[in-house]
Order: sequence, then structure tokens, then C-alpha cells
Amino acid sequence: MASAREEILQRIRDARVPAAEPVVRGYRDTGPGGVELFAERVADYRAVVHVVTDVPEALDRLRGKRIVVPPDVPAEWLVDGVEWLHEPLTIEELDRSDGVLTGCAVAIADTGTIVLDGGVAQGRRALTLLPDHHLCVVRADQIAASVPEALHRLEPTRPLTFISGPSATSDIELNRVEGVHGPRTLEVLVIT
Amino acid sequence: MARNPVTWLGSPTFPKAAHKALADTQLRQNLRKATGTIRGRRAAAVAEMTDWEQLRVAGEQIKNDVLARLDTLLVQLEESVTARGGVVHWARDAEEANRIVLDLCREEQATEVVKVKSMATAEIGLNEALEAGGVHAVETDLAELIVQLGDDRPSHILVPAIHRNRSEIREIFQRRMGVEVSDEPADLAEAARVHLREKFLTTKVAISGANFAVADTGSIVVLESEGNGRMCLTLPDTLITVMGIEKLVPSWQDLEVFLQLLPRSSTAERMNPYTSVWTGVTPGDGPQRFHLVLIDNGRTATLRDSVGRQALRCIRCSACLNVCPVYERTGGQSYGSVYPGPIGAILTPQLVGDMRDPQAASLPYASSLCGACFEVCPVRIDIPSVLTHLRAEAVEAKGRTAESVAMAAAAWMFKEASRYEKAQRAGALARFLARDGRITSLPWPGSRWTSSRDAPAPPSESFRAWWRRNRG
Ligand code: SF4
Repeated sequence: MASAREEILQRIRDARVPAAEPVVRGYRDTGPGGVELFAERVADYRAVVHVVTDVPEALDRLRGKRIVVPPDVPAEWLVDGVEWLHEPLTIEELDRSDGVLTGCAVAIADTGTIVLDGGVAQGRRALTLLPDHHLCVVRADQIAASVPEALHRLEPTRPLTFISGPSATSDIELNRVEGVHGPRTLEVLVIT
Repeated sequence: MARNPVTWLGSPTFPKAAHKALADTQLRQNLRKATGTIRGRRAAAVAEMTDWEQLRVAGEQIKNDVLARLDTLLVQLEESVTARGGVVHWARDAEEANRIVLDLCREEQATEVVKVKSMATAEIGLNEALEAGGVHAVETDLAELIVQLGDDRPSHILVPAIHRNRSEIREIFQRRMGVEVSDEPADLAEAARVHLREKFLTTKVAISGANFAVADTGSIVVLESEGNGRMCLTLPDTLITVMGIEKLVPSWQDLEVFLQLLPRSSTAERMNPYTSVWTGVTPGDGPQRFHLVLIDNGRTATLRDSVGRQALRCIRCSACLNVCPVYERTGGQSYGSVYPGPIGAILTPQLVGDMRDPQAASLPYASSLCGACFEVCPVRIDIPSVLTHLRAEAVEAKGRTAESVAMAAAAWMFKEASRYEKAQRAGALARFLARDGRITSLPWPGSRWTSSRDAPAPPSESFRAWWRRNRG
């Protein structure tokens, strides 16, 4: 008996689907972009946005809190008065923290999206998932104008998380409600 | 061959089920409210895009290319996933897929698994098969959880509990979770968060579906809103992803089309809250064992049909359900399948693959051929054409007179005389039944429903014009 793999592949060949016409990418691949549009679109998801020039100053709000940071967090982010939680951290420790502070890989102005790829200042995926408050630092030069531009900048084989606003659901009468399993507060610091 | 669980055993034919559903005023009210809301919001989200039509055309073309090169692309996907530490399994049908997943759970000695909402696993009846094998699957998507706790069946592909309003959900939660909760959506969401938190933190095996798989990189993509997907895809040791063989895109760049089409079409958002992409196994981050189960379950048979195969382009956005006047009135459960609405009417009978099955054969009649589904479909599936094509097949398979089949199917809607008075006045019934019994014209005056359809950005050619050109 042929294996399932062989049989399925054979059935596909037997279907004799004719070659398709070439793909025409007539859609736009860029857009106006910019910090202002990005900030506006992030805010539309009911995330909190601050456009700032200096990270440490903006972190003053974390005073007295227990905040998770990725292993390669920039030293200047570790301001005084905050209890910084460093890896290795257990799932329970992450769950009990007050929040997490990370950078990102890319952001998208058109859609108000932040993309994490586990690279510089981001850590593994669980770090930005379990704490209830995610503070994400976005540099202006990380903001791509459009979805196509953003995908072009990303390395697909890294573990990627696209984040557009806080956790939400549309499952009750198709209305968006913020705050289910992921962080209920998303705070974005855009550095210009 | 075992029966395909894509339809629920013992479901009545569509006209019978629909007739019953039409009498349920609460259901109709819930659906009208929910679909009315989403229709308006989708229209706004789409109107914002000046290049929507170009994106739709590209989406259609990419998916056609996938279907034309499916064998090569699947082998390529298998190679890329394997190279990155994943294990690929192939399943001819539901039974084989369920056995593979059950065996994998047993290997991990799991008696409980967490699940991200997945149409593929619903289609193959995975939860029931796992339960029978001693493994309890916990649904973590809010709407799936509502269906599971309510011992109910899904009625929508994106929001399976769309037929439930907030007070019904509250009642289910209070009864099954043993908590006091208000009927405020935010409180209901909070109840779900608390209920599932412990499960996420402790369960070792997760099962997911996939929205897309990128053949040349082996990357799998899941779009979601709540974060339950991220929990399942990140925290457990083992991840099992079940995916229909048609869910491929050839390259990473192709995703730029679908990541724009899907969120706006399904939840009417510029972007859904979370999209996860992973490729095999990443050391130190996420599940360290990854299995990908590729399922056929009627897809290769569907692929053989030159008209019907376009149903395999579907990205399960649910826009066609939300605009369908028939769906809005009958609800999803009348279709007797996990795939209801216009897409269900063309996909389900093809996956079943036997038009002698009266329930499956009745589904292509679950439509007024008004064309709204085609206009909103982000991958331009010409659902009305496929419906007409499948009706002809149903007639042929049945060997009954054409008229009797069409009449039986049409009867349910015309029974409610006052409701459809307008339609009859317009002579729709006469036109509905052309001499050879095939449905050859547009029944039902559009007025009633065009007013509730979302207006902007129809394709360059309206359905009516298209119809005239193709059928005229
Ligand atoms: S058929 Fe088109 S509109 Fe309907 S669910 Fe599939 S992709 Fe969406």
C-alpha cells in the first residue's frame, strides 16, 4: 500500500490543475509612513502611545514596579527605583510580574503594528506574553510604512510576533473588547 | 471508507433545518445584530484601502498558483519544516489524521491538551476522537470555549458562538465555571481569562491550526486576537499543528497580500491583535517538539473539479457568511457542518464528495445567488458559479426530476408567505425555477438585502453585470 504521502501527492498530480497565470502585484508596496501615522494607528487600538526623545525619562512611570527585561536590555533603560527582573525566569515568575520592557524588530505605520523577532532587546516570546503590561520601545527608524515593507525587513525563520494593540476579542456579539489572555495594557514608547 | 465528519451525523437537509431555524426569533435577532455590526465595520476597513481590488486579484492569483503547483510546494514545505527540526505527517482522511494526533499525544503521555481554534481540527472531529482515546482537548478561543461549555455546535467559522448573545453566554459561564459574572463583554472575557490561565501555564501539549504555511521557508502563520494562540504556540513543550494541504503560500513575500486581506475581511481590523510566525523549532524559545499534520480529507477530490476547486482558495475569513441574507436568517447550524454559509454551501458538499448524500446535496441550494459573497470574498471565489455548478451535479446524482429538487430546496423560503411576499410579487419564484429546473436567474429582489449589504469597493464588475455576461 502506498504511503499517505505518496497517495496524496499522486491524487494532486491526477487532478491535472493547469498552470496559473503569473501573479500581478498591482497593490501599493509602500505608504506615507512616519511616526505620526504610526502613533495614531497604535492609539486606535486603545494602546497607550508616548512619543518621546529620551527612554530613561519616559520610564519614570515604572517606579516601584517589578518589571521583566530581556537578557540584552540596554543598560540605560535600567533606571533606579524599579525592581528589574532578569532571566532566567520561570513561567510563574513571569506571570507574577507587573510588566515587561522590550524593544522591537520592526513596526508598521499603516496598521499600527509592532513586530518582535526575538532579536536585540526582546528576549524569548514568553517574556512579552505573560506579564499583564507590555512596554515596547520603538525607534523611529524601525517604523516601516506598510505591511510589504515590514515583511521585507524581517527574517521569516525567526520566531515572529506581530502585535497590534492589547489582547482583545470580538467573540461576543462581534464587538471588540480589550483584555483577554495576552497583556491587557500595551504601552508604546516611540523614540524620535 | 469512513464517512467524512465535515458534516454532522444525522443532520437534516438544509431546507428542513432552515425551516426550523427561521422560527427561532432569538437566533435571528442575535445574528442580525452581530452580522449587521461586522458588515458595516468591514466596509469601512476595506474602504480605507485604495488598492483593495489589486490585493484581491493578487490573492486570487497566488492561491491559483498554489493549487497548480500543490505537489511541488507541499514537498518543499516538508523539506523546509524538517530542516528546521519539525516532523511532517500526512493524512488521507479525518480518521488517519485523528489517529496521528492521538498517537502523538500518547507519546507525550498527555491526558489533556490546550487548543487554539482551528477549522481543520473541527472538520475532522479531532476533539471527539481524542476524547474517545482518553485525551481531553480544552478549547481556549473564547467563542470555541462558549460552544464547548454549552455542549453546543459552532455556527460561524470565525466566531463559532455568534448565535449566542451576551446573556446566554453569561448563563453558560455561570453554570459551567461556577462563578458569578455579569453580562458585560469585558467581564465575560475576564472570566475566560481566569478560567484558562492555569491550563496555559501547566499544559504540556498544544494543538493548533494554521492560517498559512510558507513553502520556501517552512514558516507557519497563525492569526488571532486574544493571546490564547500565543499561549498555546509558546508555552507548551510540544506543538501539533493540523493543516489542510491547501493552506500554503509559495513564498514569504506572498504573505504581504494575505496579512492585508484577512484581518480587514474577517474582524474588520487593520490588523488583528496577534499574529505568530514560527519555523520548526527555535532552541530556547517555545515548544521544542513540533509536528505538522497535513490533511487531505476530500481536498484532492475537490481539486479535480475545474469549477469547484476555487473553493480551495478560501482563507476562512467569514466575510461571505456575514453578508449572506440566507445565513443571516437560518443561522450556521442549519448547514449541518463546521463550514456554514456561502463557503460551506460549496466546500462542504465537495469535501463530502458524494452528491447522493441528500444533506450534502441540499447545501448548494442554501443560497439566493444574490452575489454578495463573491463581492466581498478577498480571494475572489465566484461562489454563485460554483453553487450553480454543484446544483447541476446534485440533480444528476439524484436522478429525480430537476423540478422536484429545486422545489424542495426552495420550499422553505417561500413557505413563510409574508416574509417573502415581496419576492413573489416581483415574480422571483417564476424566475427562480426556469424551465429545466436549473436556477438560471437572480431570485429575490435585491432591495431588501442590498440595503443591508456593505456597499463600497465592489469589484469593477457588479455581480449582475457578470451574471448577464456569463449566463445571459
Ligand atoms: S469564501 Fe471567501 S469570503 Fe468566504 S470565508 Fe472563504 S475567503 Fe472568506
